[in-house]
Amino acid sequence: MTQPLLIENARIIDPASGMDHRGAVLIENGLIADLSTGGPVGVPEGAEVVNAKGLVLAPGLIDMRVFTGEPGKEYRETLASAGQAAAAGGVTSFVMMPDTAPPVDDGALVDFLVRRAKATSVVNILPAAAITKGLKGEDMTEFGLLREAGAVCLSDGRKSIQSTALLRTAFSYAANYDMTIVHHLCDTDLAANGVMNEGLFATILGLMGIPREAETIPLARDLQLALLTGVRYHAAQISTAYSVELVAAAKKRSKRITCGVSINNLALNENDIGRYRTFFKLSTPLRCEDERQAVIDGLRNGTIDTIHSDHDPQDVEVKRQPFAEASDGAIGLETLLAAALRLVHSDDVDIKTVLKAMTTRPAEILGLDSGRIAKGAPADVILFDLDYPWQVTETQIRSRSHNTSFEGARLAGKVMRTIVGGQTVFTHEMETAP
Amino acid sequence: MAQSRSSKASSVKTSSTGDYPPFSQRHLLSIADLQPYEIIDLLDRAEKMVPISRQERKSHPTLAGKTQINLFFESSTRTQGSFEIAGKRLGALVMNMAVKSSSVTKGETLIDTAATLNAMRPDVIVVRHSAAGAVELLSQKVGCAVINAGDGAHEHPTQALLDALTIRRQKGRISGLTVAICGDIANSRVVRSNLLLLGALNVRTRVIAPRNLLPAGIENIATEVFTDMREGLEGADVVMMLRLQHERATGKMIPSVREYYRFYGLDAEKLAFAKPDAIVMHPGPMNRGVEIDPAIADGPAAVIIEQVEMGVAVRMAVLDALLPAGDNTP
Repeated sequence: MTQPLLIENARIIDPASGMDHRGAVLIENGLIADLSTGGPVGVPEGAEVVNAKGLVLAPGLIDMRVFTGEPGKEYRETLASAGQAAAAGGVTSFVMMPDTAPPVDDGALVDFLVRRAKATSVVNILPAAAITKGLKGEDMTEFGLLREAGAVCLSDGRKSIQSTALLRTAFSYAANYDMTIVHHLCDTDLAANGVMNEGLFATILGLMGIPREAETIPLARDLQLALLTGVRYHAAQISTAYSVELVAAAKKRSKRITCGVSINNLALNENDIGRYRTFFKLSTPLRCEDERQAVIDGLRNGTIDTIHSDHDPQDVEVKRQPFAEASDGAIGLETLLAAALRLVHSDDVDIKTVLKAMTTRPAEILGLDSGRIAKGAPADVILFDLDYPWQVTETQIRSRSHNTSFEGARLAGKVMRTIVGGQTVFTHEMETAP
Repeated sequence: MAQSRSSKASSVKTSSTGDYPPFSQRHLLSIADLQPYEIIDLLDRAEKMVPISRQERKSHPTLAGKTQINLFFESSTRTQGSFEIAGKRLGALVMNMAVKSSSVTKGETLIDTAATLNAMRPDVIVVRHSAAGAVELLSQKVGCAVINAGDGAHEHPTQALLDALTIRRQKGRISGLTVAICGDIANSRVVRSNLLLLGALNVRTRVIAPRNLLPAGIENIATEVFTDMREGLEGADVVMMLRLQHERATGKMIPSVREYYRFYGLDAEKLAFAKPDAIVMHPGPMNRGVEIDPAIADGPAAVIIEQVEMGVAVRMAVLDALLPAGDNTP
């Protein structure tokens, strides 16, 4: 077995128990073997002892929305490179969206991904399986077999299913296996040729707008169907004030309804597009500042459960295009924590709420054992410096694609050590070593 | 009026190196990039180009030895022809390149095209593209001046300049006028450039259209927004009509041409609400009987043909301003 690891003098924040206290954690055999918030801890023989003075110890982040390029577009991202990026960002587990070539719509592919991830990735990769075959929004996949193969939830990734009848059937069938449906919200008819948030800014740029209703109308439909079928339903990512209202109302009627938000919609707004900067072309689009503030409110009051990176590697060929013709998406694994800590540093949201949305809540929604600092829990743990200042530069990006919407951004808060299953997979020293 | 102004202008020297300080912009990508004094500077330069095109020998070879590429990803006869004549009257070597829109035929990207053309060492590239921002993107990848000849629904700066020149020659001024623009505001680059230019010169701008042809937030750009054409035309000095892409809009944005014409087509009855000396403009090509009554289009208030003439003058001025003589000696 690996050498035991004792981390002492850390500020331990565990959103699951509400703990925020100085203490020590002992990691042994891949688990959190002991936890102490007071007196001295016994040091097991041969243990590595880390003095984490000034650092926060928290559960490793669980990112519910990550796209990779494996299989099919390995030049954009492999499971290995995504794993490296995740480790550097303090993400110890992520849900991989099924939008690959071929799409993950078959048990054999899920099985392949589980094995391939174990062999090549330093963090836990949890495959989401497609709801419909080929992500075409027409015929259901084999939910039961996909679950047996290891799919952690069902999602059509970037695609939004348009047929209300199909959604009802899929929700109902997913409830049958108690699987969570994670659904992206876009009325493709209404969004039409829109490429950014509808409003004055789109008008000035001469770009077609995507109205908020392209999100809220399918959301209202989904919520009603979720209540009808009793499925565990997770709205993949919401971005408007009215969406927050809709989810809050539905949550009063069912505990099986949850929703997420992309870090991009929390940290950025449509003005960041500036003069046609395609790294800010996203689906869900960046909205105006009022909507961003409403989404932050939703996070603060618990309506929004999870924050994810929406990590979506795209290469230069598809990004260095006129805005309307460029692909959607930005990478985000490496900046997720620091970007989320912006909300803490600006006193918008307290640190426990922010961490909870990236640890405990995703674990609960996905039925994982991790996402908490407790005796016996998996040792998926991060140490980070809450205030460490750094600037995002292209050269330090570990992802194979460099389409970050935080290029050049000055951030405060950096991961110093990432531990997955008791193994240290990233240290700040590794990053800064020549 | 127009005649007296132009005859006065013809006596002034037209050398690009003589009267003017160098134009400070490297490209002409949008009206939004221009300060009011730069707009006026370009209009003054254009004014002096007008007589050149009225001479018997229409030559003023300040751009001799320079290469101009017209790169049109969207087909255009009027604008491309205008830029070609402008370049040739200034003595430049003009090459026209028509490219199938890159959004349809994937293959060589816009950036690849830019790099390829750049290697041929042109002095200026005139670009039209169906995507907003495409011309600016291209300008970042080449080493020469770039002129936006229309990018999606974003801007068409030389159109706004030629409209302003036409207005100034007709009305003797621009500031303080009321200009009403009517038609498909949502999808028009001409409107955006015009609202920015006229707004910068203290014009009271109005847009008139049915609600579904008004883009979000337009009330923040135009001074006033109207859905009733008669109200919108009340007291206007200038009426600018826009082309309705009726083949595309019918059934989707408007129910029928006859209904559109009834409520938003310019006829004598509606024009009577504007000032008695109001002028009627149209960027062309016109749909007679769709957005404008033929009697108005060809009537005394119309200055549509003068707009075309001013187009050549404005494009000569822009080319001349961006490429001062002697800047590219090896």
